[in-house]
Amino acid sequence: MLGFSEYVRLEADLPCIKPHTAKARKTMSNLPAPSRWIVALGVAALICASAPVGFGEPAVPALSPTNMFAPASSQAQSILEVSNFVLIITACIFAVVFSLLAYAVLKFRTRRASPGQEPAQVYGSSQLELAWTVVPVLIVGVLFLATARVIADMQQPPTTHDAIEVTVIGHQFWWEFRYPGRQVVTANELHIPVSDPAHPTPTFLTLLSVDTDHSFWVPRLGGKTDLIPNHPNSMSIDPHETGLFLGQCAQYCGTQHAKMLLRVYVQTRPEFDRWIEEQSRPAQVSGTVSEGQRIFERTACMNCHAVAGTPADGRFGPDLTHLMSRDTIASGAARNTSESLRAWIEDPGVLKPGSKMPAMGLSDSELNAVTRYLETLH
Amino acid sequence: MSTESMTLPMSDAAPRPLVERLHEWVTTVDHKRLGILYILYALVFLMVSGVEATIMRIQLIRPNNHFVSPQVFNRMFTMHGTTMIFFVAMTVLLGFANYLVPLMIGARDMAYPRLNAFSFWITAFAGLLLYFSFIGGDGLYGAGNAPDVGWFAYAPLTSLTFSRGHSTDFWIVSLLLSGFGSVGTAINIIATVLCMRCRGMTLGKMPLFAWLNLTMAGLLILAVSPLTAAQVMLLIDRYLGGHFFDTQAGGSAVIWMHFFWIFGHPEVYVLVIPAFAFASEIIPVFSRKAIFGYPVMVAATVCIGFISMSVWAHHMFTVGMGPAGNTFFVLSTMAIAVPTGIKIFNWLATIWGGEIHFETPMLFCLAFLFQFLIAGLTGVMLSVAPFDWQLSASYFVVAHFHYVIVGGILFTLFGAFYYWFPKMSGRMYNEKLGKVHFWLFLIGFHLTFDFMHIPGMLGMPRRIYTYEPGRGWDIWNLIVTVGVFFQAAGVLVFAGNLLWSCFRGRLAGNDPWNAWTLEWSTASPPPAYNFAVLPEVKSRRPLWDLKHPEDPDWHYE
Repeated sequence: MLGFSEYVRLEADLPCIKPHTAKARKTMSNLPAPSRWIVALGVAALICASAPVGFGEPAVPALSPTNMFAPASSQAQSILEVSNFVLIITACIFAVVFSLLAYAVLKFRTRRASPGQEPAQVYGSSQLELAWTVVPVLIVGVLFLATARVIADMQQPPTTHDAIEVTVIGHQFWWEFRYPGRQVVTANELHIPVSDPAHPTPTFLTLLSVDTDHSFWVPRLGGKTDLIPNHPNSMSIDPHETGLFLGQCAQYCGTQHAKMLLRVYVQTRPEFDRWIEEQSRPAQVSGTVSEGQRIFERTACMNCHAVAGTPADGRFGPDLTHLMSRDTIASGAARNTSESLRAWIEDPGVLKPGSKMPAMGLSDSELNAVTRYLETLH
Repeated sequence: MSTESMTLPMSDAAPRPLVERLHEWVTTVDHKRLGILYILYALVFLMVSGVEATIMRIQLIRPNNHFVSPQVFNRMFTMHGTTMIFFVAMTVLLGFANYLVPLMIGARDMAYPRLNAFSFWITAFAGLLLYFSFIGGDGLYGAGNAPDVGWFAYAPLTSLTFSRGHSTDFWIVSLLLSGFGSVGTAINIIATVLCMRCRGMTLGKMPLFAWLNLTMAGLLILAVSPLTAAQVMLLIDRYLGGHFFDTQAGGSAVIWMHFFWIFGHPEVYVLVIPAFAFASEIIPVFSRKAIFGYPVMVAATVCIGFISMSVWAHHMFTVGMGPAGNTFFVLSTMAIAVPTGIKIFNWLATIWGGEIHFETPMLFCLAFLFQFLIAGLTGVMLSVAPFDWQLSASYFVVAHFHYVIVGGILFTLFGAFYYWFPKMSGRMYNEKLGKVHFWLFLIGFHLTFDFMHIPGMLGMPRRIYTYEPGRGWDIWNLIVTVGVFFQAAGVLVFAGNLLWSCFRGRLAGNDPWNAWTLEWSTASPPPAYNFAVLPEVKSRRPLWDLKHPEDPDWHYE
């Protein structure tokens, strides 16, 4: 409760601080533990800095790359504004009632044993009780009106024709992203263009699920919306900062709910257009890896995975056409390196116990061949 | 605890064989014995469920920890939540209601003693059934073992497709049975309060405890019925080819959410209203003043009861209800803060101008006032739907409802244990150990649940068995886990204190607290028939009237 009220007050009063650089972060992790603590508290006090760092590295605001108090989209910004308003009001109520309670407990403690002597009995007071009914009613009225306005603003479908449409499909334990009309299908790493306030190009997400409930949550880009089978949902993101934004599934969806991570890359418009252009091409398979491709297509791999331009067209697992353009594999559970890719194919259960991908029991040479093949899918 | 004195006068009680005495406890229909059985049963499950929580917290103490597998972690949070709500909180509160309501209204037993015994035993076996899943739940492909679908078991995770084996069946049937038990007890409480009050005790002269439990019982019947219906539908889905929640055949996952939360939210009030009842008895006695604004307290309680039936979908702000639905549930949820606020102010006014005695029961109740204030305010934050889009299903929510359930309910419950322990056992607890328990638990509670709010605001969702370093969650999780050990130590001191005092505590006498309600007018522990002569009352505080014949309460009420 201490940390929390401190948080609230300072959050409301202080201006944004300058963004941290990678260097500053490094220095902090070198500090001994107690001073790191003090620095962390200091940073907690100045909790709204954020900025894009290098591409492929998450932009790190104070305390956490998923700090909801460092908004990077107009939705997250609107949420933060109403949140701050509520925080200020509740902090005031807390201060008043807490002081009254503390005062009463200290002031009316028994000082002497006084057997038989009872204090004056008071049975009630209509005026007082009316007062502490009416005042809360008024406060609730104000809070309600403020909230209703934000809900009405935020839950409108996009009005612009320049919106980017993406269909997000939740799977046990990974994300599928489809760009309707653009022939792009990818997984776990969503790319969207930054939106210029003068000429907004928001992204409109249609949220679906093929199995259990999931929830799309990237705290710096907005609140969460659930992906529920048979119940399409939607949400808009209007990002005003480029960079990498992290998030993850926020509705318990089964064994590996914890490793259903999300990465959203907000890019400048030219970068985004180039990315779309690259992603819409079919795979360029070179003849040198035909052994790996043969194993991929003869064993069960292609039952679940698609590689555009080859016979593989499975839909249960992530589309691998441009696997090498992604920074991570296994829904963010590991970096996309040769070693982790090979280890993942060998036995997905080691990295992600409960993952739906089976270990195929490939020999070492087969593993190497499949890994080499996948590494050509740029 | 007090076998002999309840059945026979102490003098001619020859030591009877243990089997015979146990048999008496099994076949008893005495509301006091059943109450104690409920309470002991809940204490056992409190320990079990606490161990489950500790396992989770050890797993989360640092990023990428490998203390338990994800499967085990998921079972732990499912079992922890289910056990704490259905087999600890519900049972212990019904146990206190069972023990105290007849005594407080001057009755000799509950209205339906045999229904009472039935309710207890069916609840008890339901709890054992849930835990039998650890050994009996193994199904096809070893996919069984204890349920791992979360305590609110969202569809379609519970369908046969995603939950093979029988673990979910154990969960369903166990809640179904415990539901019968709690509805039975609720009916019993309502009938008892309405029909069995002693002479002179009009509804307006009942102790607040009876009023609050009456409200709770009404709410319980309304809340448990939809849950029972949903469990039956889920069983039909799983075994009779139904498609209520089977999304692959056109069923609706959202309908399950509605069914669950129209139970789930009133359930919070089913648990917290008895906690209010404890506070409303303990705070006046230890402030040496009458409760402030009795009629308003009753009105606020009944008001909470009604409004709480209309707030359930604030658990569902993220499921896409549309602006109209969201706005309605924002309003109803905020509205409930008003009567709750009234209660806090009335307790404050009760303390104001009193002579506060800081015995252990009062310490717990005072901590409750501060903590419930915070829990209420974080509740207001969560009621703001846009804020909730960020906070819902995060550790902020976990911190919020533990603030309600531990900081609010468990604290008053510990207060109630210490307050009524002399009545139930006839002996005083050890005051020093009681204070040690209070401070250990207070420190542990704040370390754990204050700091748990922060990772939630930093993007940590609930129910994840592990997390990556570099998300800024490490330090907070470490502090949270450290707090657990303080709480565990506190609970061990508590258990030791009660066990020791049961046999070695000094005799308490009828009325160790100089209190005012009828249970303190009879022996400690009370005889099987409660009162030799049924009492007659003229005011809300009959014992005050006896102790202050020159200035009785009925002059003012």
